Amino acid sequence: MVAFDEMTGSGTELRPAYAALDRWLKEAPPEMLALRRSQAELFFRRIGITFAVYGDEESTERLIPFDIIPRVLTKPEWTKLEAGLRQRVTALNMFLADVYGPKECLKAGIIPPDLVYRNACYQLEMVDFKVPHDIYCHIAGIDVVRVDADTFYVLEDNARTPSGVSYMMENREVMLRLFPELFSTHRVAPVDNYPDQLLATLRSVAPRSSSSDPTICLLTPGQYNSAFYEHSFLADKLGVELVEGSDLLVKDDVVYMRTTQGPKRVDVIYRRIDDDFIDPLAFRSDSVLGVPGIIGAYKAGNVTLANAVGTGVADDKAVYSYMPEIVKFFTGEEPILKNVPTYRCREPEANAYVLDNLEKLVVKEVNGSGGYGMLVGPHANKAQIETFRRKLKASPEGFIAQPTLALSTCPTFVASGVAPRHVDLRPYVLSGANGISCVPGGLTRVALKEGSLVVNSSQGGGTKDTWVLDA
Amino acid sequence: MLSRTADSLYWVSRYVERAEYLARILDATTRLTNLPTTYGGAGTEWQSAVLTAGCEEAFAKAYGEANERNVCDFLTFNPDNPSSIRNCLAQARSNARAVRTALTSEMWDALNGAWLELQRFEKKRMDREEFARFLDWVKNVSLVFDGSAYRTMLRDDSYWFSRLGVYLERADNTARILDVKYHVLLPADEQVGGSLDYFQWTTVLREVSALTAYHWVYREAVKPILVADLLVLNRRMPRSLAACYENISRFLDALGDAYGRQGAAQRQARKTLASLSNTRIDDVFVHGLHEFIEEFITENNRLGHTIFEQYLQ
Repeated sequence: MVAFDEMTGSGTELRPAYAALDRWLKEAPPEMLALRRSQAELFFRRIGITFAVYGDEESTERLIPFDIIPRVLTKPEWTKLEAGLRQRVTALNMFLADVYGPKECLKAGIIPPDLVYRNACYQLEMVDFKVPHDIYCHIAGIDVVRVDADTFYVLEDNARTPSGVSYMMENREVMLRLFPELFSTHRVAPVDNYPDQLLATLRSVAPRSSSSDPTICLLTPGQYNSAFYEHSFLADKLGVELVEGSDLLVKDDVVYMRTTQGPKRVDVIYRRIDDDFIDPLAFRSDSVLGVPGIIGAYKAGNVTLANAVGTGVADDKAVYSYMPEIVKFFTGEEPILKNVPTYRCREPEANAYVLDNLEKLVVKEVNGSGGYGMLVGPHANKAQIETFRRKLKASPEGFIAQPTLALSTCPTFVASGVAPRHVDLRPYVLSGANGISCVPGGLTRVALKEGSLVVNSSQGGGTKDTWVLDA
Repeated sequence: MLSRTADSLYWVSRYVERAEYLARILDATTRLTNLPTTYGGAGTEWQSAVLTAGCEEAFAKAYGEANERNVCDFLTFNPDNPSSIRNCLAQARSNARAVRTALTSEMWDALNGAWLELQRFEKKRMDREEFARFLDWVKNVSLVFDGSAYRTMLRDDSYWFSRLGVYLERADNTARILDVKYHVLLPADEQVGGSLDYFQWTTVLREVSALTAYHWVYREAVKPILVADLLVLNRRMPRSLAACYENISRFLDALGDAYGRQGAAQRQARKTLASLSNTRIDDVFVHGLHEFIEEFITENNRLGHTIFEQYLQ
């Protein structure tokens, strides 16, 4: 399986976007690259110290490896990708408003009703409750992979609490400091306005009852959460308070934060706590992370939660397979971004095909995430395949299958020098009352092991700066 | 600001101050016990160190005898003693981490660096020399942290809450030393012990790093009543009760002004400060030094609680 290379295409050409970078790489002595890489790491530890607490035993693992060679996209490539992202997120929000409202898409038979109603993430609390401006998914992270010069596939929609945006920003910061000469020869679109856009988005969805200067806070599960440093980083950049559940209280359906000057009313909460834990009165009663009564305040229209409760129903893997139809139904347009072809094992014909071709396919649990509960056929042994065969026969509705994708590769500085490694891309899409915004680029994740397709940081993945060239 | 943030800032400073205080007690006690017995006390110095650290119950549970090894272990690295130096620095860092962005990077570096360094000390086998180096290091951590706060923090409520932590803890520490050692400062002891108590008095001064200051202020040999005067009433002495309350009152007033509201904490601090200002050391002795100190410790705890109720919860 020969993958498309971001720099050389099929391996023989030099794609224009990488021309200057290629020249620079050829001139740069390997020792210089090695030096810069160690400087980058040092720099990360130093600025990272604001959130990555490397003094802890476990935290050295939290420094995700950073690759100094950027991933480059041209303006036309990005423009098309961005149009696709906007369309996709528009559809996601319309889908959510529909399944919690009139349910037109179910009536029209676009998606089987049980996939919605029996979905663990479908929140009855949200049925017939109107959220401000019909926006549910204010912050989305759409994972895309590239397979050739023109084709991006959406691998996954993250509609709950996508993370990683702090890496996008810090990666750029490091690159600007280490390679100023590269930025003078490339016109790279900036990403450092992300916090401003996020703040504008959050302000725009404040409840009607709030003042013209709404109070916003970021709700974190606390310092033991693996993404705590990102929460702290974002709160700092947004200039809003970073609160834990115990910092908030609800009185007469109004949310307040406990301050040294007494209770202060809160209008918008950018929450990085999952639905299940956000309110022990509404959901898991054993949650100590949440705020008792916050759902009551939310439904009374006195506070906006971003993202809304119940968005998980839209990024489920089984629902994912219907996204092309969902996009078409709600926007009336052909989907710009493709889905990875997906076999729904709940359909007997598809399941029969999957069972016959397990060694070629990737099989995923419908409700799984983070690479767990997954079978990668080409890399699996017989026993693993047989285990999945039994699972698939027992409960086919719990699984989907996809062909193994040839993710594009990008030149990466590894031990043996500069070599191609597989990458994906997570752009961040913001939806507010004033429309959709998306900073150019996003977070590129790279599988540092040769041939590996797994970009997850827990399995040896790293990150790269992502450049969108302005001209 | 968030009450939790203020609370954490306040406790970060308290824990760092307490760690330094523990190091001072251990340092002074080691000196005292090294004296030939003809100059020294009754052999109860280590017991007295435990009392001064305010953890006699926990110590009694963990160990039988108060000897050098047990006490040093308990007050430095023992993970089960909530007030060991190790746990004070751990608590300081954990509180700091929760409010990372409210601290300046210098303050964070001081604490995080200390935490890393502490683990290196913890792994070492310590002889007396190494132990002395460790105590010096702890005092230095506090100096660096305190200096960073002083030099880098914005003068707003976060600074004021962090200062309140320092001075409430410091007032408590100084008062505890006096509470344990008051008997050697009583005039009656002069007749009984005579100059034997001299080294007890200098130990008290050492515990608050005031031996040199004493000579500069009083320009005479160490006398118990003047030691008490220096530690209780002298505002020039940065660890005296009066100096602590001058600062507490000042920072509480700054908060009151900034927030446009005075409260019970301000009134209480002013009252204590006024009473310290209007007292002469002779009156304290007439009234009873022990009773005076006990009252002060109770009042100081009460103020801590009032500050908590007014701002931190």
